Amino acid sequence: MVDKQLMRGNEAIAESAIRAGCRNYFAYPITPQAELLQWMAVHMPEAEGGTFLQAESEIGAINMVYGAASAGERTMTSSSSPGVSLKQEGISYLAGADLPAVVVNIMRGGPGLGNIQPAQGDYFQATKGGGHGDYRIITLAPSTVPEASRLTYDAFDLADAYRTPVMILADGMIGQMMEPVELPERKPPEEIPPKPWATTGAKGREGNVIKSFALGGENLKAMNVARFERYEKIEEKEVRYEEVNTDNPDIILAAFGTVARIVKSTIRLAEEEGLEIGLFRPVTVWPFPAARLNELSAEVDTVLTVEMNAGQMVEDVKLAVRPETETPFYGEVGGVVPTPGNILEEVKKYV
Amino acid sequence: MSDKVTSVKKKDMTKVVGRPDSMNDTQFSYCPGCHHGIINRLIGEAIDELGIQEETIGTAPVGCSVFLYKWFDIDVVQPPHGRVSAVATGIKRAKPKKTVFAYQGDGDFASIGTNNSVHAANRGENITVFFINNTLYGMTGGEMAPTTLIGQKTTTTPGGRKAKDFGYPIKMSEMLARLDGPTYITRQAVYDVPRIKSAKRAIVKGFKNQIEEKGYSLIEILSACPINWGLDPVEAVERIKSEVETVYPLGDIIDRG
Repeated sequence: MVDKQLMRGNEAIAESAIRAGCRNYFAYPITPQAELLQWMAVHMPEAEGGTFLQAESEIGAINMVYGAASAGERTMTSSSSPGVSLKQEGISYLAGADLPAVVVNIMRGGPGLGNIQPAQGDYFQATKGGGHGDYRIITLAPSTVPEASRLTYDAFDLADAYRTPVMILADGMIGQMMEPVELPERKPPEEIPPKPWATTGAKGREGNVIKSFALGGENLKAMNVARFERYEKIEEKEVRYEEVNTDNPDIILAAFGTVARIVKSTIRLAEEEGLEIGLFRPVTVWPFPAARLNELSAEVDTVLTVEMNAGQMVEDVKLAVRPETETPFYGEVGGVVPTPGNILEEVKKYV
Repeated sequence: MSDKVTSVKKKDMTKVVGRPDSMNDTQFSYCPGCHHGIINRLIGEAIDELGIQEETIGTAPVGCSVFLYKWFDIDVVQPPHGRVSAVATGIKRAKPKKTVFAYQGDGDFASIGTNNSVHAANRGENITVFFINNTLYGMTGGEMAPTTLIGQKTTTTPGGRKAKDFGYPIKMSEMLARLDGPTYITRQAVYDVPRIKSAKRAIVKGFKNQIEEKGYSLIEILSACPINWGLDPVEAVERIKSEVETVYPLGDIIDRG
């Protein structure tokens, strides 16, 4: 029987994490991700060996994740924009210590306290390394509730495979919206890869050390170079994107997450007017699917980027497309969500 | 002494002292007269005596504490500055049967990490915390810590700490003892044999409490930092006795085990 349920995005992410084998969840309350924490409070203790702990702070939560990840367990924290800013130190340390973990950001309006409306203002923070030092984290941007579920499930495998933090970059719309979700099967524990590097007590082996620290330039350089070699593999193998109507369109729109979903409605509106809009939707916003976007840009004069921010992903779009491609931008800020009609109006300026 | 006598004696000798099995032969890089080395060794002895070398995970963050992983043959995690109690909590919750300890300085435990320190204590987190109080920031060059005494000269209080500008030496152990969560809180020193023996008992007790699932133990240990105090090692010990202990008196503060 198919396990299909009507769920909020926040709940689907939480349940999918449990099914992916996450047994250690630590977080602090913040809107609009509170349902995620509340779901975990009820359901994590029901899972075998499950730990739910409401941390004293966002910093506390990410560092509990650091501890549980050091011990080799699948672990997650979740928050929303201001809270994720507080976690950045910990994310840098996770990256520096090569620890797998999943961090969920249900973005809201910013900067500062901003508001609790959906926004995409944390794209730079997520994809360019939000904390100090040279690092990247795999960043997955769902545009529907079922996709949020699937990407959360996959995030734990990616984190383990590459020993890196993975971020689910969604927004308040996806966190709060309800959709039918076909939940993944519970991952059997034997399918979770062993972690011989974990600090679990040095029984019958030498002591393991988890650290983000190396004395001397050459030692730290070696750690960083090895990490960037893994990043290259991620860029080779893990790029994900979706294309809609990209076979000979009049214009291509580049959008991620909630905005990409709205663009799909714009495509239908435009068709009624005889206008063909293509959508290019990065699912991994890091690694950014630059190669494919470059190919696609040969077929149109213009790639219009639409975001719920003042222009962030558009920079990656500009780097990806051909030099002759026009790359205008349309953004809504402050938690304002563009309508399909708003976007169509914008499109008409260029075709 | 002739060679003959030596060889006869060797034959009948019993080893009465040596490096703890849980530690290796890497030389300490601590400054002359620093007490970290004594405290590290006592922790090693305690791990040996309790037979927990293969079950123990240590956490030590930054500053002079950061090198702990080099001396011990155990699993060690290096947390961010101040976040040690949270990281130790994460390890302990993931592996409740293992023994997890935190090794932190006063800037770490009592300043930048206060939030995490207080709440781990308040949860009665079943971990053992060693809080090394030398009344300043050692590694970075002797700046004022929240534990710096009134009048104490540091590189950031060149005229001596004034309460009006910088407040008072924080008494973390006494503060945390007011909470219902902790099981055992004590303050120790390691500048002479009786105190080393007492500190050793406290360290063993802190580990035992965890093994017996009795909850949170905090062992504060006063430590000398002769280099940054501008004193020789003997004078530094005298300072602990005559000045530091008047603000931070030794002894058990709570014992609810």
